Amino acid sequence: MNDAADKNGMGRESAGNERHGKTMVEAINRALREVMEEDERVVVIGQDVGVDGGVFRVTDGLIDEFGSDRVIDSPLAESAIAGVSIGMALNGLRPVAEMQFSGFSYLAFAQVEGHAARLRWRSRGGLGVPMVVRMPYGAGVRALEHHSESREAFYGHVPGLKTVIPASPRRAHALLHAAIRDPDPVIFMEPKALYRSFREDLPEAPDEAEIGRARIVQQGEALTIIAWGAMLRPVLKAAARLAEEAGEVAEVIDLETIAPIDAPAIADSVSRTGRLLIVTEAPLSYGPAGEVAMRAIEGAFFSLRAPICRVTGWDTHVPFFAREQSYLPSPQRIFDAARELLKH
Amino acid sequence: MTILLAEPDPAFEPFRLLDRDGSLRDEAAVEPDIAMVEEMHEAMLRARRVDERLLSLQRRGDLGTFAPVKGQEAAQIGSISCIGDEDWFVPSFREMAAALWRGQSLVDLLVATAGWNEGLATRQDARNLPPAIPVASQLPHAVGIAHAGRLRGEESVVLTYFGDGATSEGDFHEALNFASVLNAPVVFFCQNNGWAISTPRARQTGSRTLCQKAHAYGISAAQVDGNDLLAVRAVTREAVRRAREEGRPSMIEALTYRMEVHTTADDPTRYRDDDEVEKWRARDPINRVQALLKARDQIDDEMIAALESQIEDEINKAWDDAKEQIRELEDGVPDAIFDHVFREPTAELDRQRDLFAKLERRDDG
Ligand SMILES: Cc1ncc(C[n+]2csc(CCOP(=O)(O)OP(=O)(O)O)c2C)c(N)n1
Ligand SMILES: [Mg+2]
Repeated sequence: MNDAADKNGMGRESAGNERHGKTMVEAINRALREVMEEDERVVVIGQDVGVDGGVFRVTDGLIDEFGSDRVIDSPLAESAIAGVSIGMALNGLRPVAEMQFSGFSYLAFAQVEGHAARLRWRSRGGLGVPMVVRMPYGAGVRALEHHSESREAFYGHVPGLKTVIPASPRRAHALLHAAIRDPDPVIFMEPKALYRSFREDLPEAPDEAEIGRARIVQQGEALTIIAWGAMLRPVLKAAARLAEEAGEVAEVIDLETIAPIDAPAIADSVSRTGRLLIVTEAPLSYGPAGEVAMRAIEGAFFSLRAPICRVTGWDTHVPFFAREQSYLPSPQRIFDAARELLKH
Repeated sequence: MTILLAEPDPAFEPFRLLDRDGSLRDEAAVEPDIAMVEEMHEAMLRARRVDERLLSLQRRGDLGTFAPVKGQEAAQIGSISCIGDEDWFVPSFREMAAALWRGQSLVDLLVATAGWNEGLATRQDARNLPPAIPVASQLPHAVGIAHAGRLRGEESVVLTYFGDGATSEGDFHEALNFASVLNAPVVFFCQNNGWAISTPRARQTGSRTLCQKAHAYGISAAQVDGNDLLAVRAVTREAVRRAREEGRPSMIEALTYRMEVHTTADDPTRYRDDDEVEKWRARDPINRVQALLKARDQIDDEMIAALESQIEDEINKAWDDAKEQIRELEDGVPDAIFDHVFREPTAELDRQRDLFAKLERRDDG
């Protein structure tokens, strides 16, 4: 797994005392620092982002370097964090707002859906809201209720929003640069299970990253597996086992951008492999996997050799942490689903 | 013509009955009910020891994240002791002391904190809500419960808890406004413990006090020394009486202090000085009640030691029972994750449960 992962830009497991490379937390911190150095318009705002450096330390040290005018410890109010950020964006700044956990971003939803996503459209292009809303999301860290969900579909479903999910430190670094440069609002969802789970070297200048493009992590012809965020790791494990035990090489795609979805990349891969497995920790029904599947049907229907398969979270709330792993797709479930697909 | 923009209201004076050395102030015209004080003292001590045990079990890896109560025992016990079984307890996420007073089982608390949903199973006849983690989200519920109680012809009161940080959320303001418009019998009990994670009270709001926010909604309010058990109880009793007899809401701001970490995931050394913690250690609410009880010859060190060891035994027994229950849960069927999404499972959930069971069997085999 480690070798395959390294070759594919998925980093190495952080083993023992190894301090090689940067964690995703450090990579995001570095991207923020670089952008703030380059561009005075960039400000960071959120609960505990200043003196505390963020509850995950993502904004560690920024307040010392850039001061409390640009690194704003806000009162405890998500709706105002989003709404004030919209105002700052309307008046020439480039806010990067933090929702402490995605589970509390719903308190800001009315601002994001009602205004961030619509002001350009409403003003016939006269106004724009170049802001980024960062939020840790996802399960796997033994957190309390409301701290483990994957609700990217909520944001992906809103016209006028771009939604991005990095799957490694290096991609987080590159994608956050791209998100802050973007002239439109970007929801930047950070898989908190990957915050410190592995390290990766970062390049001097951030890699190219284009919002709206999926990324082939591993080329193959037996089947296509599409995933994003923390699910890339179990997918690569399952793919490695598939190669080892069955001699079948999967094409693994990191969707990276939930919206706007990279439909051509999905169609292209599936038309070559003829089989599609989608893996996500979001609940099944009306989830992002359904959208990906439909794009494959629209773009590669006549190449399909097997029914499209989804391995997802269940249509339940994420259980308290003792049973969290029963909720999450495991490498075993992914492997079994791939084997099943290959029978066709 | 002079245009006048009025200044905000002047500060409140926190109400206080008990001095740090345990002596009563003149305001306490009547002698406290000593039997009740003893019971509350025991509850405060129990909460303190449970808190410490939770923390050490969490540090060992046996429990998950939780929000310690240390330092806020008088605020919680002094207030929760003012309502009865017919009344409602609507907590946020730090009200362990109040929850134990309301009959929450220690074993369940341990099981829930160890990551099992079963620990939060709620009795439908008990008027206690489970913890609400999204800050301030419980406050509108309190108003709705109170209004429903009145419509159903009850004389019940709702006592709801929240922190200083919660007063910045929209739900807080909306709930107070509704309570005022609906004349809902709610007591809004704010534990101002100085901090919302790393945000100090002074940076949370420019208001001089938190309780003055209630005035903007036409709601009466008081500020009280939250580490003074007797003062908290006296003020809350009056607020509960008003709610019950006059059907009017009120807000109490209890000035207290979070002596521990925000949660076990927090490192307060990044944002606050030990000096401040030390200053508040001298105002420990438990010491203050013990000083009173000693001054009244109701308790001595020997009795305190006996009580401590009784509590320790209780906690040990509860943890043994919790471990036993956890072992049973571990051996049980993991498809419990599909339970209680709805009252009746849907066909789709049943389908997913079957698939889950099939996958589990394959994993075993
Ligand atoms: C809506 C919402 N936003 C953010 C959080 C994360 N969070 C948990 S507790 C807390 C601070 C709460 O402060 P306060 O209201 O003073 O209560 P205390 O923790 O001091 O008891 C924050 C920001 C949350 N739980 N809910
Ligand atoms: Mg507080």
